[in-house]
Formats: sequence, structure tokens, C-alpha cells
Amino acid sequence: MLTFRDALRDMEMLRREIERTFEDYGIGRWTFPFSRYSFVPAISARSYPLLNVSEDENALHVEALAPGVSPDSLKVAVTGNQLSISGEKAGLGKDIQAEAYHRNERSAGRFVRTLDLPADVDAGKVEAKYSNGLLRITLPKTEEAKPKQIAINVG
Amino acid sequence: MAENTVPAKVENRSLETRDESRYLVPPVDIYETGKNLVVVADLPGVDKDGLSIRVEDDILTINGKPHDGLPGDAIGTEFELLDFYRQFRLGEEVDRQKITADLKHGVLTIVLPKVEKAQPREIDVRVA
Repeated sequence: MLTFRDALRDMEMLRREIERTFEDYGIGRWTFPFSRYSFVPAISARSYPLLNVSEDENALHVEALAPGVSPDSLKVAVTGNQLSISGEKAGLGKDIQAEAYHRNERSAGRFVRTLDLPADVDAGKVEAKYSNGLLRITLPKTEEAKPKQIAINVG
Repeated sequence: MAENTVPAKVENRSLETRDESRYLVPPVDIYETGKNLVVVADLPGVDKDGLSIRVEDDILTINGKPHDGLPGDAIGTEFELLDFYRQFRLGEEVDRQKITADLKHGVLTIVLPKVEKAQPREIDVRVA
């Protein structure tokens, strides 16, 4: 017998299912890069790779989600206040016939992404490291951009 | 090779709380060659220690734990790395003992060799 509680649960599952379907097409509220449209220009040419940015006193940290990118093709450049990341994620190769695929969900292609940095950085001291499919960039701030402690005089 | 993405964790969640045991389903390519089935999965942020691949009761399970995020205070977040989890049901044709896996630049490649009888064979036609 279907109880009210079961019905609620079913509805919740249906809602999730629908949400997930939309997300598959990159139009959900949470568009994780794992859709085959990651490289369709109209939708996401400027949002690959996805970036996380954080900040501490001395530096900005950027992390890019870029699995399977050949390290030789990766380029990181800093011009003024702009960070640019480009590279290419290679496909599996042309010798695999289309009919040999059971599933083809991963995408491949070239990408370029630029990011306006929220603080002045010292372009000469930028470090980038690619490991496990994540690109991590550390951008040390210029002396002027670092926070300064202001002594407060108590009168 | 049929997919068997088990949403077990999702179903076990109670409706009362928003507490979710969430996970990510990694995208995969699966293709077939004469001798092998090959599964290629994107698992960014997962290293060898955080990865587990198991075959149990005809189910291939990929489970990956990505390492920690960035230092400092987050000022822009476009992605969130959770545990990766995906399962596939293996067919009769896969030789369980000879499965190999390779992890490189956040991409996992699993090679599942077919058992002898499942491999295609060329039959010579004799002309009398």
C-alpha cells in the first residue's frame, strides 16, 4: 500500500530526476563541467576550465578543473591584472571507430580562459603546477596590494 | 556493458533533513576493441591513494576521493569536488582476472580484456 510518506519520497525523487536531466544539458542551476557540451562555444566557450579562486594575505590562489589536458599544451600567462589559461584536452584518437563506442560522455578540444584578478600580483613570481588533472596557480600579491596593519592610537 | 549507476546513497537520505551524502558521477567513455573493453573516466583531483576500483558480483565500482581544495579564503567558487562514484555491470565476456587500470593527469583508463571465446575470430574459407 502506498502511504503518504512514500508518495512524498517518490515526488522528491522525481524532482531530482528532472533537475538532473536539465543539468545534463548544462542549463541546470548547478552546471558541473561534466556535460558533453563543455566545449560547445555558444554555451561555455568562456567557462572552461572551471575555476576556484581564493585569497590569503600574501597571494591569490587559482585552481582549474582540467583533467586529461596534455601538460605541454598548457599555457598560463599574466598580463597586468589578467590571468589567461589555455590548452588542449586531447580526444582518444581517430583510430577508434565511432561504432566502437558504447558511451561517449567526455569532451575534448582547445580552450582559452581569462580571468580578471581581484588584486595586483607580481607577474614574475607566479607559479603554476599541474597534477592529477588540476591546475593550481599561485599569484603572489605586490607589496602595495598586501594588507597593512594600521596601528590605532588610543588617546 | 550496461550502466548500473546505483543511487543508493540518494535513496537512503531522509526527507526531513537536508543532510545529503552527495557524490559526483564521473563522465566516461567506453569503447571496444577486438580484445578489450576500455573505460576512460575523468577523475580530477584524485590520486592513486584516493582511488579504489573493485569488481564484485559482476559490478565494477569506481570510487575516488579528491584531495583538499585551495588554501586561504574562497572568493570565487565554480566547482566543488566531492567523492566520485560510479558503477557498471560487467558482461560475461570480460576476463575478471586480467583487468588493469592506469591513472594519468586525472584520467582513469581501465582495460577489461575479453575472454578468449568472446574475441572475434577470422574464419578461413576454403575453396574446394
